[in-house]
Amino acid sequence: MAVVFEKTKMLTDTVFHYCPGCNHGIAHRLVAESIEDLGLEDNVIGVAPVGCAVFAYNYFNCDMYEAAHGRAPAVATGIKRVHPEVCVFTYQGDGDLASIGTNEIVHAAHRGEKLTVIFINNAIYGMTGGQMAPTTLVGQKTTTSPYGRSEEWCGAPIKICEMLSQIPGCYYAERVALNSTANIIKAKKAITKAFRYQMEGHGLNIVEVLSTCPTNWGLSPVEAMKWLEENMIPYYPLGVYKDKGAE
Amino acid sequence: MALTLMKGSEAIAEAAIRAGCRYFFGYPITPQTEIPEYMSARMPEIGGCFLQAESEVGAINMVYGAAGTGARVLTSSSSPGVSLKQEGISYIAASELPCVIMNVMRGGPGLGSIQAGQGDYFQATKGGGHGDYHLVVFAPASVQEAIDLMSVAFDTADKYRNPVMVVADGMICQMMEPVVLPEMQDYKIDYSVKTWAANGRGMSKPQRAIINSLYINTEDLDMLNERLQATYRVIEANEVRYEAYNLEGAEIVCTAFGTVARITKSAIDDLKEEGINVGLIRPITLWPFPYKQLHDAAVAPGVKAVLDVELNAGQMLEDVKLAVNGEQKVDFFGHYGSHMPTPEEIKEKLLSMREVL
Repeated sequence: MAVVFEKTKMLTDTVFHYCPGCNHGIAHRLVAESIEDLGLEDNVIGVAPVGCAVFAYNYFNCDMYEAAHGRAPAVATGIKRVHPEVCVFTYQGDGDLASIGTNEIVHAAHRGEKLTVIFINNAIYGMTGGQMAPTTLVGQKTTTSPYGRSEEWCGAPIKICEMLSQIPGCYYAERVALNSTANIIKAKKAITKAFRYQMEGHGLNIVEVLSTCPTNWGLSPVEAMKWLEENMIPYYPLGVYKDKGAE
Repeated sequence: MALTLMKGSEAIAEAAIRAGCRYFFGYPITPQTEIPEYMSARMPEIGGCFLQAESEVGAINMVYGAAGTGARVLTSSSSPGVSLKQEGISYIAASELPCVIMNVMRGGPGLGSIQAGQGDYFQATKGGGHGDYHLVVFAPASVQEAIDLMSVAFDTADKYRNPVMVVADGMICQMMEPVVLPEMQDYKIDYSVKTWAANGRGMSKPQRAIINSLYINTEDLDMLNERLQATYRVIEANEVRYEAYNLEGAEIVCTAFGTVARITKSAIDDLKEEGINVGLIRPITLWPFPYKQLHDAAVAPGVKAVLDVELNAGQMLEDVKLAVNGEQKVDFFGHYGSHMPTPEEIKEKLLSMREVL
């Protein structure tokens, strides 16, 4: 029988710990497939965050680091400066990258570090059980914004692609979502491009992936997809924010 | 051997390079800024990497990244900056990575002062960050010793896969002394030896590298901690370094480290000329601490008291008391950080102790 599809060898056989309906699984697969598509299987180091993807080192089948909360871009910088020829990526959530780790990501971008950053934005702290994230939408209820996020009290949700694309050292920034087949295909292209640019000697490359968290949003997987479309995409418009390679 | 007159900070930086260090990540802070300055000029000359990080937090995490590849990597800072690095140091220790961290101590707490201090003894020797871990801690008392200890520091870090801290004080880094530099070592990472290190070849290695300090299962964390503790016991058994000075016939045994030990030696030399014998145990490794050696010196026949001298409120004093174990009187003389004691003050203290012995 002809094999028409195989799981990418860049993912181990370890069973994901992610909740049903969570988009991390799709994102992991797209990252792993992109690495394999580019022939980087034996020339890649990944850096996992603190957050729901904390165990990513068990899933990506390559040399992996587990970084302290928010510090993945600094850790990746240290790796890349020793091994400039190796593909280095970070995989970070919104608490990690957009809150505690803003200093590290902003300066990695300013230095134009030749890295690929996969940024999962699900508007909530998943692993600690649904607290308000810097990306939590105004009015969104979480365990630390039980009355809904107040803009007056907490400020507006942070827009990472918009912010990083202003930095001269940022080479490529695109926001994608995983809510439809068409968008997943677009996301795959963006992630592959972010890896390709790095290997062509460019940086910093970031793909922001809008992602669902059915468990902490209190919605079914299908309702969560709908919530993402109706609430997140209007505030976090999809598209290319910066692409120096296309200029 | 040709003597060169060098400033401590520059000599330390050059010694690190000659010990094979090719990666330096740091951030400016007085009184250690000459180390990153020197590195920024020197690393490009030898094909190494100097990178000024966005913060001490960034710098120590860059060290974590580079150390995980098996490279010889250094960061340096001074007290408030070293406090910021503690998160990363705990992760590095837990991930069993070799690296060297310089702390050019200044007066504290808080912003403190920019003059020499020794107030980070607890932080350096008792952990500093969270969790059960130890750094090997070297405390040079001269620029030459700082130079000599840099290669020892990198070798020790590699030998035990454990971070090493070198604590100097503002004085060591800021003064100039005639020194002899070692030969240049061209350190190459050998991935057949450092099989744990990340080089990107995860697919073709027998086992891919996972640089990690997360052990979510109790049994797994127990195993890590037992492995770490076993390493610490081996280090304690094999790596204690100290200097014994003028112990023969001593009435009082002093304890002091770093610059303060040198000043104490001056007081000891002065008293010797007056016919009074005072000895000194100078720990060169603050961890592991020379408990046994100090104990034996403190209870030797003829010794009537121990005097610990420090540039803090009495931090090493706790280890001195543990070493002496109540078997000898222990007194303390010190100033808070940035207020360097003089040989005369120490001499006076020793003479006043002698009156009541």
